[in-house]
Amino acid sequence: MKSTHTQTATQEKQQPSPKIKSSPQSNQAKTRTLDRISKEYEAIIGIETHVQLSTLSKAFCPCPYIYGSQPNTSVCPICMGLPGALPVVNSKVVEFAVKLGLALNCKLSFYSKFDRKQYFYPDLPKGYQISQFDIPIATGGYLDVDLPVEFGGGHRRFGITRVHMEEDAGKLLHADDGEYSQEITFPIIYALQVDLNRAGVPLLEIVSEPDMRTGIEAAEYAAELQRLVRYLGVSNGNMQEGSLRCDVNVSIRPVGQSKFGTKVEIKNLNSFSSINRAIDFEIARQALLYSQGKADQIVQETRLWEEGSQKTVTMRKKEGLADYRYFPEPDLPEVILNKEYVDSIQSSLPELPEMKRRRYEEMGLSMQDVLFLANDINVARFFDATIEKGADVKLAANWIMGDIAAYMKNEKLTINEIKLSAAELAELIASIKGATISGKIGKEILFELMAKGGTVKGIIIEKDLVQIVDPSEIEKMVDKVLSENPKQLEQYRGGKTKLQGFFAGNENIERQGKSRAAEQDPFREIKCEKLNVLVRRNLVIMCHFISHRTIKSDFPGSTHLSSDICLLKGSRCCLCIIKSFALYSVYMSEAGF
Amino acid sequence: MLSTLHHPPRRLSRFFPANNKPRHFHTKPVLSSSQPVTDQSPSSTSPPESQILSIRHSLLSREVTATQLAETYLSRLKLAEPQLKSFIHVSNNVLKEAQSIDDKIKRNENVGPLAGVLVGVKDNICTVDMPSTAGSRVLENYRPPFDATAVKKVKEFDGIVVGKTNLDEFGMGSTTESSSFQVTANPWDISRVPGGSSGGSAAAVSARQCVVSLGSDTGGSVRQPASFCGVVGLKPTYGRVSRYGLIAYASSLDVIGCFGSSVADTGILLSAISGHDRLDATSSKQVRVLQISVSQEVPDFTSQLISAALLESKPLKGLKVGVIRETLENGVDSGVKSTVLGAVSHLEELGCTLSEVSLPSFSLGLPAYYILASSESSSNLSRYDGVRYGNQAAAEDLNALYGDSRAKGFGSEVKMRILMGTYALSAGYYDAYYKRAQQVRTLIQKSFKTALDENDILISPAAPSAAYKIGEKKNDPLAMYSGDIMTVNVNLAGLPALVLPCGFVEGGPIGLPVGLQMIGAAFDEGKLLKVGHIFEQTLQGCRFVPPLIADGIPQ
Repeated sequence: MKSTHTQTATQEKQQPSPKIKSSPQSNQAKTRTLDRISKEYEAIIGIETHVQLSTLSKAFCPCPYIYGSQPNTSVCPICMGLPGALPVVNSKVVEFAVKLGLALNCKLSFYSKFDRKQYFYPDLPKGYQISQFDIPIATGGYLDVDLPVEFGGGHRRFGITRVHMEEDAGKLLHADDGEYSQEITFPIIYALQVDLNRAGVPLLEIVSEPDMRTGIEAAEYAAELQRLVRYLGVSNGNMQEGSLRCDVNVSIRPVGQSKFGTKVEIKNLNSFSSINRAIDFEIARQALLYSQGKADQIVQETRLWEEGSQKTVTMRKKEGLADYRYFPEPDLPEVILNKEYVDSIQSSLPELPEMKRRRYEEMGLSMQDVLFLANDINVARFFDATIEKGADVKLAANWIMGDIAAYMKNEKLTINEIKLSAAELAELIASIKGATISGKIGKEILFELMAKGGTVKGIIIEKDLVQIVDPSEIEKMVDKVLSENPKQLEQYRGGKTKLQGFFAGNENIERQGKSRAAEQDPFREIKCEKLNVLVRRNLVIMCHFISHRTIKSDFPGSTHLSSDICLLKGSRCCLCIIKSFALYSVYMSEAGF
Repeated sequence: MLSTLHHPPRRLSRFFPANNKPRHFHTKPVLSSSQPVTDQSPSSTSPPESQILSIRHSLLSREVTATQLAETYLSRLKLAEPQLKSFIHVSNNVLKEAQSIDDKIKRNENVGPLAGVLVGVKDNICTVDMPSTAGSRVLENYRPPFDATAVKKVKEFDGIVVGKTNLDEFGMGSTTESSSFQVTANPWDISRVPGGSSGGSAAAVSARQCVVSLGSDTGGSVRQPASFCGVVGLKPTYGRVSRYGLIAYASSLDVIGCFGSSVADTGILLSAISGHDRLDATSSKQVRVLQISVSQEVPDFTSQLISAALLESKPLKGLKVGVIRETLENGVDSGVKSTVLGAVSHLEELGCTLSEVSLPSFSLGLPAYYILASSESSSNLSRYDGVRYGNQAAAEDLNALYGDSRAKGFGSEVKMRILMGTYALSAGYYDAYYKRAQQVRTLIQKSFKTALDENDILISPAAPSAAYKIGEKKNDPLAMYSGDIMTVNVNLAGLPALVLPCGFVEGGPIGLPVGLQMIGAAFDEGKLLKVGHIFEQTLQGCRFVPPLIADGIPQ
């Protein structure tokens, strides 16, 4: 079962904030000091992102790539770099690059080419990586991001320097434990094994302008890129599997200074929150050094984010500029795009996250709702399909963000995996709005639909759930219940007033008022009156036949206090008492359950 | 600048001796006690026949079996091998494959156009059932899991791969002396080099150890050894033949080429191996040179070539031939020069209109070639790191593993070129070397284009000298490199060129063959083959069968 990879940067589980080893008091003081120091400096953050494309085959050979396969089971002479083997470009890679380039508002290069980037490493079978050097396929774009409300909100536009195509390298494995690491020295070469399954898998490298200033901005930039590639269908964007990898460059400078400080690269960022935390840690680290007059200790280096200690540590100092000896890849022809091709891709682009958010905003949804709905392409599609069927925008949003999201979370399902269809949700909303069923029944149906599927109409008929709206009908039913339960009536008369819940919970009556918000229930008055009359008459009914099912689905999470308050006030729906957890307990014990 | 490239046609008087009898053909008759089994011609100077067609005829008329043929070739191969050393590996399956062809014939099944034809394959072309070393220790005992596309096609057409021929390591050399395994001798004089880098393939065809062979040509590696060994060598247009399975030296220059003892055989082999290949993104979708079908029909090829008997007096009337002036100037052996001029006048006799063409950028080709080829090779050879295949040095750490595996695996010529190429591609030098060489390449392409717009074909010697002694240039790489002057420009321009023997110079026991190079426009191999065939069939007084065969190797 797949988990729902739909968290935004800020929706990720909150991790403890960076800690600096020291006593609790000085720790607090230090944090305050850092905060103050940080305010005096401005951070400059740029991100290089590698997105693994979800093409059926690798970039230059027909091998498929399946994450997690046994080592070296998805390889061929081409991706193994055997002598005499030649690369052939997978046209899907170019198509995906064009898609992303357009989606990032870039200028496309109609004539680009592949180049060889040369270095020796055991996971690089040919001794060079096929990449793009001086003529990337796309340049000069931007990405629009809406910051989350809880972080102050706001709209940002981050520049995109370039997008280019390249191939991934393999992975190093260590014979002893099967673990791999990207940067390792090899004291014992014999322990080294290479898995080439990933070698030759297509990547797009996206280089941002150094436009970000905080960890949260950087994390949201990355989250937006993830949304974008998922919207476009070019990548699964999964950070844990390495399908989306971010390396960030951080430098700081005193506020007001135009010259950039020394930049530090941070790797090993496996989640959006680690991007956020690593950057904030790094800014604080550099600011502290600055403030202590030790700015010269900020050196150009690659640092590794350590999740355990919540720190960045030196991985390697820059040993001068690496010379990759780029030159044009002679085995591949130039990548030539023509206008028709680009136009056809442009016109096939889906509605992108930014466009969606602006549209949802115009529909009158709150930014919180907008961000939630647009975050996951599948949720957004579901929402769009629901309102396309005529459902009320706000109601649809509420259902999706409320009960449906909760169900997905509990059951660890994606919105595509639940059995409920958008059309049925629209039908459900319409049925409630049209008063065919109550909101409470609607909820019941919703869970049925999500778990088992089917149609709203089918379930209503099957379970005879049509709401009875005629007051005399309701009265008849109440009378029926009373007359059928003389014993309980006696008990109630004898002072067991708390048992009115059983009367109220009687399935026959319950249907009338179930969970529809009081202010929306046109029959509230009738029902309240009838019950109040009953109470005044000192009638108490105990009903043994409340279905277990109803209880289960209705009680959890209820916030109503007690029937007394409800009934005494009179203006609130008296039937909401059955939602009272306290009453439920009483009922359970007294009814001998 | 380009305007100076072209000169008005001019009578080639300055090349021709006053008496207009320029022939300097070495006409000493070649002993013919042992002819190739398929050569039924009794005359020692009769023009070469297509061995492929006569094999086909013999097989289909049941005169001889493929097994008998294979046995004859194999025994000749084995007899010559101790002196020649043209093969690194000889297949164990030759007789088995011949038998399966005989079985097919017995069952009256169709056999492919190369049925019973023994094909030598240069050892930098991958073969699934044989080692493929590229002449390098670093790939010693390496067996590829796949056939090169060209080899696959040879097999599909029922050709029999007889073995893997020797070469300069990774094709880097002009003598076959830089093979890591052995030095191949020239069948015309075993104290001389066969040329290179496809020296093994050229020597093997010359000595009739196989019928035809595959070579590769990056800067002349098919044409120069063809010239040295007195066989026909064809360098196809870049993209005509798939490079898939050719162990790369310089990817933008490498092509797989063909050797044969006649133009017809060379052309048939080319037809078999050419065509677009989806495994090679640089292979061309242009139609094949000459259609060849896997059926019992005689290949269409023959219909396009005019047999000697049908020759009229001026079969090449109207053909415009440009003689490249710069290839007959200083630095060319006088014997080679006069032999080539003899060939020029032969073409004139055949009706060609000759003119002199100047390619001023010609001399720039050599340095540009060595920069580009070295640069690409430094990259292409990065994969030989001892990690995945080939020889791996025992080492303490990663850098030592790389360093030692490569230090032990590569020979000195290869190391030199890797160093040159690494240097040329380094930051700060790229513009001065690699980029500039690419600019020269563009100039050369343009000047060829202009010359070939004016002429049907261009001609030049294939090499500035005939075969030289083994060891003669071994310690003088620049002298060896300069021997490539005639051929590298053609690779830079990506054009097809045919080299065929046109005469002899003094040297060796009975003289040394000299090759004439004909350069055509891109994808115009058909024209080259036609002209070459007529030239070959009408060339009098020459027979290019080396003494090694003549000297007592039984039929």
